[in-house]
Amino acid sequence: MGFSSFLQFFISGVTMGSIYGLTALGFTIIFNTTGIINFAQGEFVMLGGLLSVFFLKWFQIGLPLSVLLAVLATSVIGAAIERFAIRPVRGGSVINLILVTIGISIFVRGLTMLIFGKDTFVLPHFSGDLPLTFAGAAIMPQSIWILAVTLLLLLALRLFFTKTIFGKGMLACSYDKKASYLVGIGVNGMVLLSFVISALVGAIGGVILTPVTMTSYDVGIMLGLKGFSACIIGGLGNPFGAAAGGVILGILESFGAGLVSSAYKDAIAFCILLILLFVKPSGLFGLSKIERV
Amino acid sequence: MLAVLGFALFLLGLPWLVTNDYYINLLTLSLNHAIIVVGLNMLMGYAGQVSLGHAAFYGLGAYTTAILTTRYFFPLPLGMASGILTAGVVACLIGIPTLKLKGHYLAMATLGFGVIVYIFFNETIGLTGGPSGFTGVSRLHILGYKFTDRSYYYLESLVLTAVVLLSLNIIHSRIGRALRAIHSSETASQIAGIDIAKYKIFVFVLSALFAGLAGVLYAHNIAFVAPSSFGFNFSVELVTMVVLGGMANVWGAVIGALFLTILPEFLRVFENIEILLYGAILIVFVIFLPEGIAGAIAKFFNLLKTKRTDGTGGR
Amino acid sequence: MKQVRYLVLAIMAVLFSFTTLWAEDPIKIGAVLSVTGPASPLGEPERNTAQLVQEQINAKGGLLGRKLEIIVYDDESAVDKALTAADKLLKKDNVSAVIGPTTTPNTLAIEAKFDAAAVPLVSCAAGEKIVVPVKNWVFKTPQSDRLAVARILSHLKSRKIDKIAILTVSDAFGQGGREMLKALGPKAGVEIVADEVYSPKDTDMTAQLTKIKSTDAKALVSWGTPQTGSAIVTKNRVQLGITIPLYLSHGVASPKFIELAGSAGEGVLLPAGRLIVADEVPAKNPQKAVLTKYVKDYETKFKSPVSTFGGHAWDAIMLVVKAIEMGKSDKPADIRANLEKIKGFVGTGGVFNFSPQEHNGLDESAFEMVSIVKGAWKIVK
Repeated sequence: MGFSSFLQFFISGVTMGSIYGLTALGFTIIFNTTGIINFAQGEFVMLGGLLSVFFLKWFQIGLPLSVLLAVLATSVIGAAIERFAIRPVRGGSVINLILVTIGISIFVRGLTMLIFGKDTFVLPHFSGDLPLTFAGAAIMPQSIWILAVTLLLLLALRLFFTKTIFGKGMLACSYDKKASYLVGIGVNGMVLLSFVISALVGAIGGVILTPVTMTSYDVGIMLGLKGFSACIIGGLGNPFGAAAGGVILGILESFGAGLVSSAYKDAIAFCILLILLFVKPSGLFGLSKIERV
Repeated sequence: MLAVLGFALFLLGLPWLVTNDYYINLLTLSLNHAIIVVGLNMLMGYAGQVSLGHAAFYGLGAYTTAILTTRYFFPLPLGMASGILTAGVVACLIGIPTLKLKGHYLAMATLGFGVIVYIFFNETIGLTGGPSGFTGVSRLHILGYKFTDRSYYYLESLVLTAVVLLSLNIIHSRIGRALRAIHSSETASQIAGIDIAKYKIFVFVLSALFAGLAGVLYAHNIAFVAPSSFGFNFSVELVTMVVLGGMANVWGAVIGALFLTILPEFLRVFENIEILLYGAILIVFVIFLPEGIAGAIAKFFNLLKTKRTDGTGGR
Repeated sequence: MKQVRYLVLAIMAVLFSFTTLWAEDPIKIGAVLSVTGPASPLGEPERNTAQLVQEQINAKGGLLGRKLEIIVYDDESAVDKALTAADKLLKKDNVSAVIGPTTTPNTLAIEAKFDAAAVPLVSCAAGEKIVVPVKNWVFKTPQSDRLAVARILSHLKSRKIDKIAILTVSDAFGQGGREMLKALGPKAGVEIVADEVYSPKDTDMTAQLTKIKSTDAKALVSWGTPQTGSAIVTKNRVQLGITIPLYLSHGVASPKFIELAGSAGEGVLLPAGRLIVADEVPAKNPQKAVLTKYVKDYETKFKSPVSTFGGHAWDAIMLVVKAIEMGKSDKPADIRANLEKIKGFVGTGGVFNFSPQEHNGLDESAFEMVSIVKGAWKIVK
């Protein structure tokens, strides 16, 4: 197996890893602002892709508009979820929050299945589906889109959190909610915003991924779980770690499947998760303090 | 303890009322689920931890006994004991590192663990038969007596009663008090000298043992095991049963398990909506009915009691 | 007063006799199908077919002069639900025979109940384990993986291909194919130089394909369905520039695959039951009439294209119906005995010939080798 194979593993790994990273980023944004792990994050990714398919089919408005509409719609859904299902339990125990977000993810999946059916759907590639070859490895134009959009999003989020007042407000909430409240930051608004942004990020990930992987009502489960693993791998609470964790996970999966065994490919993400939890729970780039009992 | 006796008698007497084998088998399955849920209920209600991979312990019990007794000709009791022990040992291995950490790390660890175990069951075809399942498991038999559908029902009833009894005893013992202390305030319990990690691990392993026990009974009832029964979906179903019945409530666990196993049979019309319903139950009950059905029933009876003692109905 | 009473009695007697005329109990056939859950792309057409057949038979006056009732329970692709559904059909609804389940693990799980209850089960699942070794009360209608693999192997041999790579999905269907390929390949002189697996919801198979590309395989055989990755494998193959021919399983024989695979699907080869190429089947083929009629009836009623799986259900029900007509009895033991006597039954999957040792009834001739040409199925030699 030559260099071109290794390069191919690397390209596939980075492509898929970017999506894991975007999903992990969604987890991190909500966690940072609220301390909640939103198990429904994977469904935002699913909705982005699935809604694009149906807006394209039903409204016939062309790909770019359908995609835009789908991302906006998913963000609104994210806001609705926060307002109606998360806010009532926000002060409650961690267990309750975990259970509610799991319930939300199941509910969203069930509703999607009822409305759109159980079929698999595909979106057209953004710029054609002819692969480009590079040193013996093939790279799809869509993969370049995925990488480019992911980098742009990371940049945009960084600007948002460091330069805008809303971003700084959200960061303040993640450090200390009471203090933020005291200086006049609307904590409720910040929480809502965090859900909207997470949904936005997830949906964009879903949209750029669907031409490559197709979509159906239940793609959110595995994506969510792996994105979550990526989050832990990078260190819960660290946005850079989340993105890096995603890419690392994607590459490990790709090489693992190609070099070791394809049967256990899915297990890689979770084995790494378990090992890290046992050995270094704060993750590879972990910032958050982990208290020992 | 009177309640437990009444419960046992009720279960044992049920077949006289409900004679059709279809209902008996359905009940057997729900009792089997209840055994798992009682343990999970204690973990979630008293230790305040969630396990999102409990189906894996169920599966470990079932597969271990199936493989050992069929392929390696282990005698039945030894195979079954091995199944239960395997679940317990694995729980120790996972619980000890993760329960030492503060926060929701057990949830994540059990999530990952559940998926890994499912993949293991599915891929090690040589050992487990893979996705098509493992056939040829022997039906339970003791000293020559082969259990029938009906006698299996009695067996599960007795096992469940024993499990309920054990759980109630633990809750009313020193261990239970420690658990409740931990549940209400970990900081205070620490100050009082309670070894939090030790108690959490104890409950986690106990809940895994119960799950393994149920798995072992399941394997020798159906005489067949397949990975699809032990995936993430079932883990979530178990958690939903706990929430529905009421956390930190042994009877709630039984109610939740019976409800969610039996009700869908009668609501077969609502097949497509089932996923939706599970999600809705989780959301609604956590937000509005955290005490679950058992709690609602208890509140209702309290209401009646106060009305009666008030006499004139006013103060 | 006495006259009024007699009149009332007389009217009641007349009415009663009418109700007994209509109240002759229906013939009940049960069905356990995966209408929801991961196997629903297979189970839904099966359920639809059951409805279709029930209507058609009752419109023509029923079976043996009695109404036919097909009771369908959804097992949600889950073993436990299949078990309770089987219990309900056997113990509560007291059916004379059961068709289904849709998947192999569910069939294997409930088999024992039918032996115990002495009621025949005609499964719509593909796994060979279901009828090999033969169990008295269990039959199946889909062509077995063994035949599909044999068909592919003989085509490979005719193209002088002796080294293949296999890529299979890790569910019951995919692994059944994989076991068969590994068992029959070497015997047919075809060496398997790479054995890769992917999981049903996997979205990217480029890693496995890259590994395969680096071997000296002369063809790729992939076992899956459109909903479990076969379309992705097909597309990834084109993306990576892999030129060796791609053989797929009979599980992709549905319009959904052509839709999902798009232009990447051109030229893929697979063994298929004649149902999806019904138009191309020559008029003198014994299956032509049955195929054309089923396609027309199904597509008119359900406004969606036929699938092989619906065809399996049609075969199962019609075989039971034939057994009932042969023995003029709906007693389970008679149905079972007559099923074993059926010879030359023209179904959608092929022409069935049963015997006490053969409970699947099909051979290699049940398959045609087809390919996708310009977005449509075409029979190839």
